[in-house]
Amino acid sequence: MIVQQLLNGVVIGGVYALTAMGAAMVYGILRILDLASAGAYAIGAYAGLFLYMATDNIVIAFIGAILLTGFFGTAVQKLLYIPMLNRPPIVPLIASIGLFIFIQDLLRLVAGPRIREFTVQLPFEGVKTEGLAVHPTWILIIVLAAVFLVFLWYVLTRTRIGLAWRATAQDLEIAKAMGVNINKVVALNFFLGYSFAAAAGIMVGMLYNSVFPTMGDVPAYKMLALIVLGGLGSPVGTVVAALLIGLVETLVAGYIGFFLPRDAIAFVALIIILLVKPEGLMSKKA
Amino acid sequence: MYELVVGINIGIFILLALSLNVITGYAGQPSMGHAAFFGIGAYIAAVMTSKMDLSFWLALPVAGIVAGIVGVLLGLISLRVRDDFLAVTTIGVNFVAVAIFHYTPYLGSSYGLAVNKPTLFGSELGNSGFFILVSVLIVLVCFLCMKIQSSWLGLALSGIRNNEEAAASLGIDVNKFKVVAFTIGTTIAGCTGAIYAHYMGFIYSTDFAFVTSISILSMIVIGGMGTIRGAVVGAILLGLMPEVFRFISDYRMLLYGGLLVLMMRFQPQGLLGENSYLWRKIALCFTKTDACMGQGKDGRMTDHGK
Repeated sequence: MIVQQLLNGVVIGGVYALTAMGAAMVYGILRILDLASAGAYAIGAYAGLFLYMATDNIVIAFIGAILLTGFFGTAVQKLLYIPMLNRPPIVPLIASIGLFIFIQDLLRLVAGPRIREFTVQLPFEGVKTEGLAVHPTWILIIVLAAVFLVFLWYVLTRTRIGLAWRATAQDLEIAKAMGVNINKVVALNFFLGYSFAAAAGIMVGMLYNSVFPTMGDVPAYKMLALIVLGGLGSPVGTVVAALLIGLVETLVAGYIGFFLPRDAIAFVALIIILLVKPEGLMSKKA
Repeated sequence: MYELVVGINIGIFILLALSLNVITGYAGQPSMGHAAFFGIGAYIAAVMTSKMDLSFWLALPVAGIVAGIVGVLLGLISLRVRDDFLAVTTIGVNFVAVAIFHYTPYLGSSYGLAVNKPTLFGSELGNSGFFILVSVLIVLVCFLCMKIQSSWLGLALSGIRNNEEAAASLGIDVNKFKVVAFTIGTTIAGCTGAIYAHYMGFIYSTDFAFVTSISILSMIVIGGMGTIRGAVVGAILLGLMPEVFRFISDYRMLLYGGLLVLMMRFQPQGLLGENSYLWRKIALCFTKTDACMGQGKDGRMTDHGK
């Protein structure tokens, strides 16, 4: 039972980590709370669904949806966020909320308001023993989340572009003065961030076997909570926070039987943690 | 009657926008969970009149006071968390509040809560009564906001908004004034909630969800943050939008989202905020007609604005 619950929590946490990672990268580099990347999550799920229906091949659908959403992300940063860099932080925040509403409603108008099923036959079997049931989608989610996060870690810490990213995240102006091509770094950052969100969207669509226009709602608020909890755009902190919140939610909902729903539990945990550590879990100041 | 109903709805939005304006506009504290206080006021008042059989005229101030007390708590939280952290914490507060409304059986859970109509001098308060009540409150709140703006409190708050460290170094008690701003804003929101609950006759937890907080915030942002005229005009514009755009109701949210994006991209000061295009034009008109009085003040303001 406890193993099952822990596994549950890790799967949920892995999805949260992927969803929040994009927004955490955006926050790390531009100091913008980007709700629109939860829109990317829904776009990714829909693009994956439609590509899967068209090609009947989940690998093509997955890669196609990720690339498509990634390019959408680069377009968003170029047209919307870059011109807002010198505004007070509430301006891009409201803009991202507006964009999020826009995306959700566009999806509703294009694809219809009803819930669509996203059934994919995976080529491998899950585990089913007494007291422990592992759905094949869970395995896929854990493996893919791990692959994506290791890939991100490698890019950020072992490559030149990662060095440029870290320099930019530390101080945009100084990095610019040192000859870092800011535009390229930010564009790549949004490309990666939005494609991560898209991957998370497809996986959640497969996990719950449903894709719908407002599926980004809860991830959006939770994602904001996670990147703030993780400390100022620290990718490691965000992953830790995501796993922590995934586990806390699952365990509290499963064992204590708190009367509030799991989304509220996540926010109660968030408020308590923030009050104890106002700078987030993994900030440098702490 | 239709106009009266729209009028009351917009009036409620104006009160909410003005109250958030004290917190976010004057003190610069990004609160994204304002609907939580609106909801606290509504539920407190509803429970008092419909479950305890108390008078609406007692419930109205009590709802405001309770919301204000919770607001003090949020103000104290805001001393620890800042900027983006505060924005996200207030979102969390909103979520938790809605979850409590939604999952407490006493508050009607997911069935919502029916509220008795209040009476005045023995007769039931109708729509016109509510319209007068809301109008009177708007006038009072506007008056209060003007008093704040021209007082030491307003100066201190704008100091905190512009640069907290600088304000503190000038001897302004930043902590005290932040809590005061939160208290004033949330008290007004609580009273508005009481009126809303009794006017609607039925409240439901999702009336006070994050979406409502966002609409209130959008109103003051679109109108022009930190100004009374901005909050009022923003609330009227966004309050009228659902009525005006009824014929394209399918595209309403699309338009709303697009409008927010475009406003933020091209006119982030809001329609009538300081230094906004429209307000500069209006101010210029005043300087021309009233040359000796307005020139110095308004002329300088427009010259220095970006």
